[in-house]
Amino acid sequence: MNKLLSGAALAAAMVSSMLLGTAAYAQSKDTLTLGMTLEPPHLDPTAGAAAAIDEVVYANLFEGLTRIDENGVVRPQLAESWTVSGDGLSYSFNLKRGVTFHDGSAFDASDVVFSFDRARAADSVNAQKQLFAAIDKVEAVDPHTVRIILSRPEGGLLFNLGWGDAVIVAPETAHANKSQPVGTGPFAFVRWVKGDRVELKARDAAQPIQTVTFRFVPDPSAQIAALKAGDLDAVSNLNAPEAVIAFQADANFEVAVGSTEGETIIAMNNARPPFDDIRVRRAIAHAIDRKAIIDGAMFGFGTPIGTHFAPHNPAYVELTGTYPHDPDKARALLAEAGQSNLKLTLKLPPPTYARRGGEIIAAQLKAVGIEAEITPVEWAQWLEQVFRGTDYDLTIVSHTEPFDIGIYARDKYYFNYDSSTLKAVMARLNETGDPDARRALVGQVQKIITDDSVNVYLFQLAKLGVWRKGLEGMWRNSPVQANDVTGVRWK
Amino acid sequence: MTARAIHAGRARAARHPNLVIGAVLTGVFVAAALVSLVWTPHAFDAVAIAERMQGPSAAHWLGTDQFGRDILTRLMIGARNSIVVGVVAVGIGLTVGTVLGLAAAARGGWLDELVARGADIVFAFPAIVSAILITATFGPGAINAIVAIGIFNVPVFARVARGAARQVWGLEYARAGLAIGKSGFAVTRDHVLPNIASVLIVQATIQFAVAILAEAALAYLGLGTRPPAPSWGRMLFDAQTLMALDPKLAVLPGAAIAFAVLGLNLLGDGLRDMLDPRLRTERIG
Amino acid sequence: MLTYIVRRLFVLLATLVVASAAIFLVLEVLPGDPALVILGTEARDDTLAALRAQMGLDRPALVRYLAWIGGLATGVTGISHTYAVPISQLIGERLAVTLPLALISLALSTAIAVPLGMFAATRRGRPGDYGVMGFSQVGMAIPNFWFAILSILVFAVALGWFPAAGFPGWDAGPGPALWALVLPAFSLALPEAAILARVTRTAVLETLGADYVRTARAKGLAERRVLWGHVLRNALVPMTTILGLQFAFLLAGSIVVENVFALPGLGRLIFQAVSQRDLVVVRDVVLLLVAAVVIVNFLVDLAYTAVDPRASKPGHGRAG
Repeated sequence: MNKLLSGAALAAAMVSSMLLGTAAYAQSKDTLTLGMTLEPPHLDPTAGAAAAIDEVVYANLFEGLTRIDENGVVRPQLAESWTVSGDGLSYSFNLKRGVTFHDGSAFDASDVVFSFDRARAADSVNAQKQLFAAIDKVEAVDPHTVRIILSRPEGGLLFNLGWGDAVIVAPETAHANKSQPVGTGPFAFVRWVKGDRVELKARDAAQPIQTVTFRFVPDPSAQIAALKAGDLDAVSNLNAPEAVIAFQADANFEVAVGSTEGETIIAMNNARPPFDDIRVRRAIAHAIDRKAIIDGAMFGFGTPIGTHFAPHNPAYVELTGTYPHDPDKARALLAEAGQSNLKLTLKLPPPTYARRGGEIIAAQLKAVGIEAEITPVEWAQWLEQVFRGTDYDLTIVSHTEPFDIGIYARDKYYFNYDSSTLKAVMARLNETGDPDARRALVGQVQKIITDDSVNVYLFQLAKLGVWRKGLEGMWRNSPVQANDVTGVRWK
Repeated sequence: MTARAIHAGRARAARHPNLVIGAVLTGVFVAAALVSLVWTPHAFDAVAIAERMQGPSAAHWLGTDQFGRDILTRLMIGARNSIVVGVVAVGIGLTVGTVLGLAAAARGGWLDELVARGADIVFAFPAIVSAILITATFGPGAINAIVAIGIFNVPVFARVARGAARQVWGLEYARAGLAIGKSGFAVTRDHVLPNIASVLIVQATIQFAVAILAEAALAYLGLGTRPPAPSWGRMLFDAQTLMALDPKLAVLPGAAIAFAVLGLNLLGDGLRDMLDPRLRTERIG
Repeated sequence: MLTYIVRRLFVLLATLVVASAAIFLVLEVLPGDPALVILGTEARDDTLAALRAQMGLDRPALVRYLAWIGGLATGVTGISHTYAVPISQLIGERLAVTLPLALISLALSTAIAVPLGMFAATRRGRPGDYGVMGFSQVGMAIPNFWFAILSILVFAVALGWFPAAGFPGWDAGPGPALWALVLPAFSLALPEAAILARVTRTAVLETLGADYVRTARAKGLAERRVLWGHVLRNALVPMTTILGLQFAFLLAGSIVVENVFALPGLGRLIFQAVSQRDLVVVRDVVLLLVAAVVIVNFLVDLAYTAVDPRASKPGHGRAG
């Protein structure tokens, strides 16, 4: 009896404290702790390709003339508005007034000129220098107007200027941005506890979130535990899909399965025998069972793709049925190509999708008589050997840049595909402005690369966000690598 | 076998329980590896996503892993993998290290100093760090893991062989060998080596266990045997994000490592007790 | 004695120089371009060249080696390629995790092993002894990273008593920071405790048979005082030797355990620095670990010499 009573009392106490707790919570919660898998090497988005840099600073700490929103649409940021000349060679930007950097200095046109000239300079270490390749000159017309003169039309300029690599920095502080970043964004840098977290603080007291802490938790199981313990409010992209399942059943959490720009493919070295024979490339496409890979490596998360294009894009063409999973057909094509007992290497970079997917793919290839020897490689080796040296047979990688189908028209790109038909269509696409005509041409490009079976197109990486119920304004999709918290609030 | 012999055997076993338990455990470990050469319940790389992470059943005695592969099969082949790594890595250390140690003891002087200092330098490098660098240079794989582990066995055996050989050289009959005109090589072959063989055997057993642990650690860091070939350490690595869903993925491979290492350690201790209780062997890290 | 110390110091320095050259050579042949890792897939040849020049990688190998050694000799470390902070600062931050971790595991393993070892020694051949020795055998056979994984599964995931991984930093207060080190420290301490328990048992058994112990007993001293006062004090020499050696191994052994628990320590730093090809960091950390081992060995040798002056004579090295 006694025991029962105390149990009931305890339960009552717990309920009341929970009620009190929630009430107090709703009023006072103006902090956000966000879990990330990788720690950024430094915090200067203009001097490195690491996605983790942008995932901390993009839109929060640094701003560009334009920005890209959750749906991949270009929006004004430091530029309020702009005009483009009739020939598409001159862009005039009207800058926002009254903007200051975190150190108090005023932002004006000279900062824009400095930032772009720095990114384009001979000694520039900007990882995306090609974004500025079409720019001939950047000039300050007056303190609040900047004109950019192009040497050739560049339809994607406004989008390009929205990348993290094109943010505006101040001449006085640019050299120290790696460890003491100074930008114009609504959040200012507070501190960086290396190996653990970066803290940002809102500049405006009206910002619903006043303190943002990015915590770096490399291990997915630790991320799960930290979320459940309340140490983390959100993880914008859990890199262990198996972990999401546990949260889908939990009423305290919201799970957002969104899209990314990551087309995950089995890249084939088209110039190297036997891949110079289209029948072999098609045979491999028939040998692969996308569903098994998505289920086995990604626990079902990921949208199948039949070409190198994001399915959420309106211009996407559904081509997943082109090479249905058909081991007999694969064996027949291999026999037709005169290939038997094929031995290939399959180089796998570190991400889970590649390492797990690789084991399944090797098993699927074995079923059609192809022996794929798995070689795990580090990123450093993948970049040097596979990407730049094109010394590989097969590899698995996710292409995360937005709208990157243009890589198929590049010379000596790592899958060594060379098609004059495709290059002609791409050239026409670059000269075309009309949206409908562009869409038709983009569709044509997708069909060409699928018909040529350049690579095996597996699936679009999903963004697996998990956060505590009541958090609003988190990005569900990931058109660029960012954790934009400027619009996040607790309900 | 006569009754007396059986009785004597039992008596000896009772005096050396470590030896018996160790021999039994090691026997099971080796037998699993040998059987896997001719028979396994399933193919080790037979992926069946629909059957993944199942519990034990008649078809899969220990259940299936994250790709629906048979865990028992993978553990058996993993045992083989561990034995190959252990035998070759210890073999490298035993051969090279013993030759160096014996030569150092026989010649003395600068050679002795060189071997001793060389062993110090190799020992000064944390083995795991060097293994990380070796595999980063030559790529992950069983052979590179074996070489990395083997290199660190060389100074172990060099020290043990040198130390034990010097004791033998301190004895009358070894010196007498030189006095009657035998070469240092001949004395080493006829007197020193036979006398230190038991020390080396015991040390080899211990190093075998150390090598299995080292291979598992390397594979756990993603630096060992390449997939899909099974390695116990690699199975643990793969299990880390999945263990909340299916704990057996993390429990079984680790238990296999502990089982094999325990067996070899007990066997080593038992052998030492039986051969010579005063033997000195090194046990490191 | 003095000449012995000078000679040993010379050997110590020579070892470090040889080790530094070996480290440098290995890192020279390591495939992978640090500039490419930083700039990624869209890197252009001109930006790569500019970055390499900025990092000083365009200089000849010998110049870079001498600059490294010269810098270390004058107490200056380089700048990390990825983190863009002085390496000494980076190492300092990481040591603030690894050093406490190693010390706590050392303390834990001693606290577990010494009483167990003494208990076993006083009950030689009885069930208590077999129990302790059995524990020791099992402890040595369990891979520390497996123990770490299982402890996460039980104490962090199932029970939720400890954080599964990560480190809140010391400025969050010593409480949470120490709490985060409990599971990693136990994982590291278990195999060490297993070895130390054996060493303690053997050392205590040896001293129990010594004359002064018999004398003490004959004088009618309480068994407890004999044990803790005389026996343990004399058994301390072999035990501290093992502890000294194990400490160096703990620093290195933390690499795997730090990776399991995602602790921002030296071991994780070296692992990440290798994969990011931040080789200026790798070489400094490796040399530091080597120096730690060499110096501990040196101190152990000195301790031996102090106890037993014969050991300083040539040909009586500890290794022999």
